[in-house]
Amino acid sequence: MTETDSKEVTKQESSEVKKSQHDADTVLRPFVDIFEDAGGITLLADMPGVSRERLKIEVDKDVLLVEGDARIDMPDNMEALYADVRSTCYRRSFGLSGELDTDEIEARLKDGVLSVHIPKRAELRPRKIEVSVG
Amino acid sequence: MFANLTNLGGSLFDDFRRLEEEMDELYGRWPMPAGIRSVARGTYPPLNVGATPELVDVYLFAAGLDPKTLDISIQQNLLTVSGERKAPKKEGSNYYRRERFDGPFRRLITLPDDVDPDQVEAHYRDGILQIQIRRSEASQPRQIEVK
Repeated sequence: MTETDSKEVTKQESSEVKKSQHDADTVLRPFVDIFEDAGGITLLADMPGVSRERLKIEVDKDVLLVEGDARIDMPDNMEALYADVRSTCYRRSFGLSGELDTDEIEARLKDGVLSVHIPKRAELRPRKIEVSVG
Repeated sequence: MFANLTNLGGSLFDDFRRLEEEMDELYGRWPMPAGIRSVARGTYPPLNVGATPELVDVYLFAAGLDPKTLDISIQQNLLTVSGERKAPKKEGSNYYRRERFDGPFRRLITLPDDVDPDQVEAHYRDGILQIQIRRSEASQPRQIEVK
């Protein structure tokens, strides 16, 4: 089993996608769970076969793009007898809203499950106000 | 075919691809008759089966599995894989989407007749469970010399 990995998400000026490679295959939309609590929004995505080097997470303005390439080690002379899965390309994007702090995105990838947490901007979280007695 | 009510001006190729998908839904993708153990599309976990003359590989696309819950058994050429994939609901959170499978699963795969049930190996990495079964020596292609 692979260890938990922490990945820094880089913010790109323009969403640069390896278009030529991905247009060749059909693209799979990974299944996701998305939930929100007081701290922010968490997204879990099933991307079996994707390891850290083959994962790309991008934030472009208010769009979160998640892409991954699955790797399956197969001998060259292997023939398909049955295939539920016909592609190795995962891609899905999500519109984000303004109160999410995209600079503080955290992402983890373990056993093909991607976990992305986007906190809400600090100023928009409930804050306790200290009262000084003077 | 069926008129698509939400066609928002996609390109011509999108339309062809959609038509192809609708045809596949109606007539089935696979040229051979569906195996008697075949399951509905979308059964978890999806799997692929590939073969070479020497071995058969079964790939199960199951992210987030705990290998300790897996039960893999083989009887002659019938492979059974069962286990549980937990994706528990986080209490106190507001869920917008819950698409990931959560719970126990079992898949039965009929392999070619010449697999050797004594030569099976399983590996789990990055969410893919790979089960490799070697095919019996007797059924390897053999050259016959003319003396």
